[in-house]
Amino acid sequence: MLDIHLKRRQGDFLVDVAIAAGPGVTALYGPSGSGKTSVISMVAGLSRPDDGRILLDGRALFDKARNIDLPPEKRRLGYVFQEGRLFPHLSVRGNLLFGHKKVPPAERKVTLEDVVEVLGIAPLLDRHPARLSGGEKQRVAIGRALLAHPRLMLMDEPLSALDPSRKAEVLPFIGGLSRQFNVPILYVSHAMDEVLRLADTLVLLQGGRVVAGGPVEDLLSRPDLCAHTGRAEAGSVIVATVAGHDGERGLTRLDFAGGPLVIGWMDLAVGARVRVRIHARDVAIALDPPTRTSMRNAIPAIIRSISPGEGHVVDVVLDCGGAPLWAQITAHSQALLGLAPGQSVHALLKAVTVTGGDVTDRINQNSAL
Amino acid sequence: MAGLFTLTPLEIESLKLSLLVSVWAVAGSLPFGILCAWVLARLRFPGKTLFDGIVHLPLVLPPVVVGYLLLLTLGRRGPLGEWLYDWFGVTVAFTWKGAALASATIAFPLMVRSIRLSLEGVDRGLEQAARTLGRGPVATFFTVTLPLVAPGILTGAILSFARSLSEFGATITFVSNIPGETRTLPLAIYTLTQEPGGTDPALRLCLIAVAVALITLLAAEVLSRRAQARLTG
Repeated sequence: MLDIHLKRRQGDFLVDVAIAAGPGVTALYGPSGSGKTSVISMVAGLSRPDDGRILLDGRALFDKARNIDLPPEKRRLGYVFQEGRLFPHLSVRGNLLFGHKKVPPAERKVTLEDVVEVLGIAPLLDRHPARLSGGEKQRVAIGRALLAHPRLMLMDEPLSALDPSRKAEVLPFIGGLSRQFNVPILYVSHAMDEVLRLADTLVLLQGGRVVAGGPVEDLLSRPDLCAHTGRAEAGSVIVATVAGHDGERGLTRLDFAGGPLVIGWMDLAVGARVRVRIHARDVAIALDPPTRTSMRNAIPAIIRSISPGEGHVVDVVLDCGGAPLWAQITAHSQALLGLAPGQSVHALLKAVTVTGGDVTDRINQNSAL
Repeated sequence: MAGLFTLTPLEIESLKLSLLVSVWAVAGSLPFGILCAWVLARLRFPGKTLFDGIVHLPLVLPPVVVGYLLLLTLGRRGPLGEWLYDWFGVTVAFTWKGAALASATIAFPLMVRSIRLSLEGVDRGLEQAARTLGRGPVATFFTVTLPLVAPGILTGAILSFARSLSEFGATITFVSNIPGETRTLPLAIYTLTQEPGGTDPALRLCLIAVAVALITLLAAEVLSRRAQARLTG
């Protein structure tokens, strides 16, 4: 459990945040210059807050009031830097063991063999960092941080320097880390796909302040936050379980809080937990369940809220058995149907609107979902 | 007269003395050189420009001046020299140790410059990474910073060694020109050129000096390539 209250002035820029991060992956999300890196740099002890406190599992790493400021080497955190920062004079093995050697055997949580196997870096052990690809470097950097047996991992956009294929190579490794090695992760990112794939909790940062924090699904389904989470990708995120496939008809069936959901066939293991992003502009609303339609999904729902969106669009948030579903319809349609909060309706969704990019396998499933 | 490829006792003596003096000059000044370079590269303090200037002074002063200042302070009657003698029974004036000290002083700025340059090129992010991995500032210096500046230290040491081999002015002023004690190669050459019939022996010594310098430079090249290769895989 990480509990931070920090203030730091850097020139004209003021970082003033309060963040609580539980187990699993907590993503700090925001545009460049929103203070994400400043925050984790302060948590790591690489820069000093002007005021506030940083508590990790009840232990103060920094507390202005009590005059506590542990140096970075005493904080026992694993920091994965954006650019890897591997030691060029050491082999991969030397890098991996750099922090490991300083930790008393009784406090070690993982072995070199475990980490090497999970990250798939066995063939690299005797190489020097200069001979590694970008993706390999980041995997080694992650391994090095893990082998410092940290109480908390800090990751500062570890994938941002990688091209998409390298990114896809490293992403799965990060996904499982928190659960496999039982270590919470504070993950800085400005890429929504990473957040969807990895994070349990989302903290939105803007201009050095926290805009909102909470479970990823809740925050992404809130129209009022879409200025921060991305208007173009506006849509809700639901958690679902893969119920089965209908190969003949080319369909995949999911189960979520609102009932069954049919999407186009996707290569997913039955029983797997997935996150599905449903774009608000793809959701239509009907007062009665439609009978003769191509729409494969008609989900009973209750209107939770209606708010004006951009132009002639209104944002309607529906409640499907507890899961939020966000629909964007025209103000005209709203008036025509006489939609109002509390009303029972049906959310309509074409199966084909959910594509591969909208479904992410949740490798990291240790959240309290 | 010696053969073309056999050295006379006098040549061997001055060559050995030159190497002894230069090795000690480098070995003795290296820790201070690294410290000075670190201070100049990393610290900010009032009077830093002045400190920088003093470190570099031997580079721009006539070596005779440096030698004379050393004589004034470290000679038997000098304040430091007297103290050294009283407390440790050590005399540097007119001994090979004094010659090493003179060489070290003259070569010091070259050593510091090269190490400092290398230190300034070290990615501070790597030191931060070492700190987050549980190493304190001192351990970080020895496990990360020092290995990364190894090529710079090597270059500095070799420059300083080469400069020490060629040291003349400060040496002759501070420790005089005593055969077998302070008469290094350059001093021996100078002595020969002052004597009748010394032209040929002086030329032979010159060739020895050229050979030593060349070997030093080649060794430096090979070593620094190796050091660089270690860093770039």
